[in-house]
Amino acid sequence: MARITVTVNGKSHTSDVEDRTLLVHYLREQLNLTGTHIGCDTSQCGACVVVVDGNSVKSCTTLAARCDHASVTTIEGLAQDGNLHPLQEGFWECHGLQCGFCTPGMIMSAYDLLQQNPNPSDDEVRHGLEGNLCRCTGYHNIVRAVQYAAAKMRGEEVSAPNV
Amino acid sequence: MIPAAFQYVKANSVAEALVLLQQHGEDAKLVAGGHSLIPAMKLRLSQPSVLIDIAGMADLKGIAVNGAELTIGAGETYHAIATSATVKNACGVVAACVGQIGDIQVRNCGTIGGALAHSDPAADLTAVFLALGGKVTAQSANGSRQIAADDLFVSMLTTALDSGEILAKVTVPVLQKGQGAAYAKLKHPASRYAIVGVAAMVTISNGVVTAARVAVTGAGPQAVRQASCEKTLVGSNGDAAAVKAAAAKAGDDMDYLGDIHASEEYRRAMVQVYAARALNEALAQARA
Amino acid sequence: MTSETTTPMIGRAIKRREDPKLITGQGNFLDDVKLNGMTHAAVLRSPYAHARILSIDTQKAAALPGVVAVFVGKDLLDVNPLPCAWPAGGFKNNMNTPRAMAVDVVRFVGEAVAVVIAEDRFIARDALDLIDVDYEPLAVVVDPEKATQPGAPQLHENAPNNVVVEWSAGNREGTNRAVASAEVVVKERIINQRLMATPMETRGSIARYESSTNEFTLWTSSQAPHVMRLLLTAFVFGIPETKLRVIAPNVGGGFGQKIFVYPDMVFCMWISRKLGRPVKFVEDRSENFKSSTHGRDHVTDVELSGTRDGKITGLRVKTYAGLGAYLSTIAPGVATTLYGRIVTGVYKIPNVSIDVIATYTNTAMVDAYRGAGRPEASYLIERIVDRFAAELGMDPAEVRRRNFIPPTEFPYDNGLGLLPYDSGNYAPALDKALANVGYADLRKEQATLRAQGRYLGIGISSYVEICGVAPTAWANGQGWGAGLWESANVRIHLTGQVVVTTGSLPHGQGVETTFAQIVADELGVPYDSVLIEHSDTAGTPFGYGTYGSRSLAVGGTAMVKSARKIKEKAKRLAAHLLEANPEDMIFADGKISVKGSPDKSKTFGEIALYASVGASMPEGEEPFLDETTYYDPPNCTFPFGTHISVVEVFPDTGAVEVKRYVAVDDVGNIINPRIVHGQLHGGIAQGMAQALYENAVYDDNGQLLTGTLMDYAIPNASMLPDFEISHTVTPSPVNPLGVKGAGEAGTIGSAQCIMNAVIDALSPFGVRHMQMPATPEKIWHATRG
Repeated sequence: MARITVTVNGKSHTSDVEDRTLLVHYLREQLNLTGTHIGCDTSQCGACVVVVDGNSVKSCTTLAARCDHASVTTIEGLAQDGNLHPLQEGFWECHGLQCGFCTPGMIMSAYDLLQQNPNPSDDEVRHGLEGNLCRCTGYHNIVRAVQYAAAKMRGEEVSAPNV
Repeated sequence: MIPAAFQYVKANSVAEALVLLQQHGEDAKLVAGGHSLIPAMKLRLSQPSVLIDIAGMADLKGIAVNGAELTIGAGETYHAIATSATVKNACGVVAACVGQIGDIQVRNCGTIGGALAHSDPAADLTAVFLALGGKVTAQSANGSRQIAADDLFVSMLTTALDSGEILAKVTVPVLQKGQGAAYAKLKHPASRYAIVGVAAMVTISNGVVTAARVAVTGAGPQAVRQASCEKTLVGSNGDAAAVKAAAAKAGDDMDYLGDIHASEEYRRAMVQVYAARALNEALAQARA
Repeated sequence: MTSETTTPMIGRAIKRREDPKLITGQGNFLDDVKLNGMTHAAVLRSPYAHARILSIDTQKAAALPGVVAVFVGKDLLDVNPLPCAWPAGGFKNNMNTPRAMAVDVVRFVGEAVAVVIAEDRFIARDALDLIDVDYEPLAVVVDPEKATQPGAPQLHENAPNNVVVEWSAGNREGTNRAVASAEVVVKERIINQRLMATPMETRGSIARYESSTNEFTLWTSSQAPHVMRLLLTAFVFGIPETKLRVIAPNVGGGFGQKIFVYPDMVFCMWISRKLGRPVKFVEDRSENFKSSTHGRDHVTDVELSGTRDGKITGLRVKTYAGLGAYLSTIAPGVATTLYGRIVTGVYKIPNVSIDVIATYTNTAMVDAYRGAGRPEASYLIERIVDRFAAELGMDPAEVRRRNFIPPTEFPYDNGLGLLPYDSGNYAPALDKALANVGYADLRKEQATLRAQGRYLGIGISSYVEICGVAPTAWANGQGWGAGLWESANVRIHLTGQVVVTTGSLPHGQGVETTFAQIVADELGVPYDSVLIEHSDTAGTPFGYGTYGSRSLAVGGTAMVKSARKIKEKAKRLAAHLLEANPEDMIFADGKISVKGSPDKSKTFGEIALYASVGASMPEGEEPFLDETTYYDPPNCTFPFGTHISVVEVFPDTGAVEVKRYVAVDDVGNIINPRIVHGQLHGGIAQGMAQALYENAVYDDNGQLLTGTLMDYAIPNASMLPDFEISHTVTPSPVNPLGVKGAGEAGTIGSAQCIMNAVIDALSPFGVRHMQMPATPEKIWHATRG
């Protein structure tokens, strides 16, 4: 058993976790933050992606014990003061989700991507999201959604593309 | 999805980790990025009783050039290395190679030391490290020793590191004028590991290739040098015909794996194709 | 769309009302559900593909602290095996369905053998390692054709040669004559490989039993909660339907895999009753791959005959369809009716004959996966037509055009025992796709590049498919054991809000949004005032669920019909209150007013309040504005289209690059273009993935070699192109919305589109066919002769 203190979405939690607890289990089972999902057991699908100390990680491959004193942002912490994050808005406007199961991880990966590259090409968006699998959208509208958010975060006028 | 129970211990320094290793013996495993070990543990293919966490330790960090050598702390992540100006300037192939590993989440966690110590048959860095003729510094309770790249990879998932040793530093040459190095990879569509990866480093002097090191990963049980290929290139002018002749020898000096993803025959053919690509790029750099 | 509506919602690409919760992490998927006192199940699965269970020792597992109980197959003999609801109609079916757990023999790797119930999922998983099972391995067969050959291992006593059913359709003698006398005959063995549906959310069940009322509640990740209730109560447990409530929480993708009844539903329910505590089971991905249903798995020999000027005269097909170790819920119907009856595709083929031999193999069960039979059919016909064009040296677009069913011949009977194709006009979709892709120029570019040693390929696929399978009477004749109508209740709240409850439910399709658009227009009320409720058998009328691209054509129509009943009644009531003629009432802006006197009006809320009180009703009227429809359509709908792809293959490595993907889909009238495009994108992605990446592989011992997402390649974003989507619109005459369905069209049109392009690119190397997926290694070999 390990005692950890973790800041999650700006709020500090001190918890006892079994040593083998994965971060995703800690978030979902102990903190009831169920927006972070589990889609595979080999670190391929990215449904579990969260941001730890500024970097996106797969929370299914991260030990909770290792996150002592870390700052974690999950999908639940992205909207600020009731305003959707531009990525959330982009996914909604551009129909970047269908069943929505991959969406939290996809958005958190895109968040990391746009922090590193605020003006990506479509190809860079596609490569930047290689660690996230979506079975519904074929990614076409996910690329549009990320570009919408990127433009908005750069301060540009944006609107969803016509269909 | 749920690993067998284990005890987690955080080490704050190499010295502390070495003590823990001694204390827990064979049942302990070191974990850095954890992206090979933890998935194996979740599938219960690996069940260590103690995990010694060496991620983020200050004395495994650092990227520095000392004269003709670039030294990278074993705990540096792929992402840190891929985006390091020092690495890009001193030995760009290392940055380019780690920038292709897995996905951004893997690169945010995975470490250079972990990749080399694990010796996965399909890892990317192993081939690059071999081609560069690098060395690692291994620390143990008895002090430290250096292991040359050519001696590091023993067999599938097995290196020359002793169970009481920690891979602490990775050293590769700073590429000089007249030198070039490149890595070319055929990626598995699902795992994104190398089905075939070829790394090459060449030195050109007065229009003649004076040295060449070529290594292959993915195609066989461990990363391995390609002596015949190297020998064929050295002494040539490195033109298209010379690359073709050398690439045709790539893959002569190794055993192959075949599986549902790629047959031995295809892997052998791709070793030659990707050897040519790596050699061409390395030669172009060397001439620049 | 009604003329009274002032702000039509139909046709508008509005964003989805499903999304706010999903983009903020507030979705409620199965694994997010937590109940008081909940226990956790872990399943021990067979490591053998075929073995006799000699003994199971669970003592050590049961003794592990935190373990509540351990159960094996013999413990659950008081409930029935799972039902199969769709044997092939009119033929002898040798039926074998799975139990919740294997009892004496395991027949595929991943079959459940024991279940551990523990206080948490960690302990449950640990306990699995403490169970000892003694197996006696038996011989294994995994190939659907080899399973029928003499000496093959036998899976079930009542299925000689492992045959489930030998099914046929069409005109055998006429076809034999046509093929024998033809100017040109092309033949090919065509394999439609086994696939894994891979919804990003795996499957699972949570069951709770209330001993005071003898009632179960089952939360399960399902596309058809009412059907689950029907099958589990009537066929497995033998209890009244009222004793089970089924709730599908947010469902993280289905693609067919979540239509079916599964062992975990049964053992979670049974154990929750036994223990008096809720039981939760959620699959790991590796369990989903090993144990939930797979798709496709056809081995087909096909011959197509024709004239030298490109007229098709006959089509003869023989298919071995692997259905796995047992029959899943609708497996035989998928391999027969949904495949064999549409194998002529968009062509007028005078002589056609098909045999399907469905077989048992030591593999995971095979059932509907996106498209369900129709992708296999369209792949087959579109590949062999391309093969025919190549044989003649004729342009594949021209061969298609010469054989299309003419628009004057609809409704069209294809001679295979299907109901007539409802409507179609195939040439305009082909023409539009050719124009959009710039076909003539592309062929020139292809020739230029070939001269330079570069290999461009252009692939065409003209498809037709079957959506909203109905009517029930016809489906029953096909062996379908239930209904295929859909329900919708429309009720007006006293607030004026419209509450629609339906048996259809969204798991990505956006039908909550689409349904609200339809009802808003139909009633002339604001879109936001229409609430769509679904996914819970308590509070929704019985309905068959969401699959087979049926939700809009069948469920949406049920809604329209209920709304129209509401309107008729509201007209009568408003007219009564306003002392006007019911024929003069118009609906707009949430009001019912008298034509020509807009000040004389009542809001829906006012009428609803009046109706709910029920005082001073007109003669013969019942209280309440509440209408239900169980809509059973007169026919299926038949969407169609043409897809064209452009690929380049690189002979040195065998790599393929998809450079363009142009789709012209005719899905009838379109309610929400943004959602329809999304459905097509995702559908195309899955067909493209079959063509290029996916293949579920068993070795000869029945071990699944693609058991994780490290081995089974569903594409990531860097592996797919942008899609260029457009439409022709041929409304369906079957339903008042004129809609056809869009959920599967993309998948049904795309695999052969890519394969035809790859094979076209490789034609200079003499390549005429290649089995999917077109991996770099296969292409590399092909370029070497």
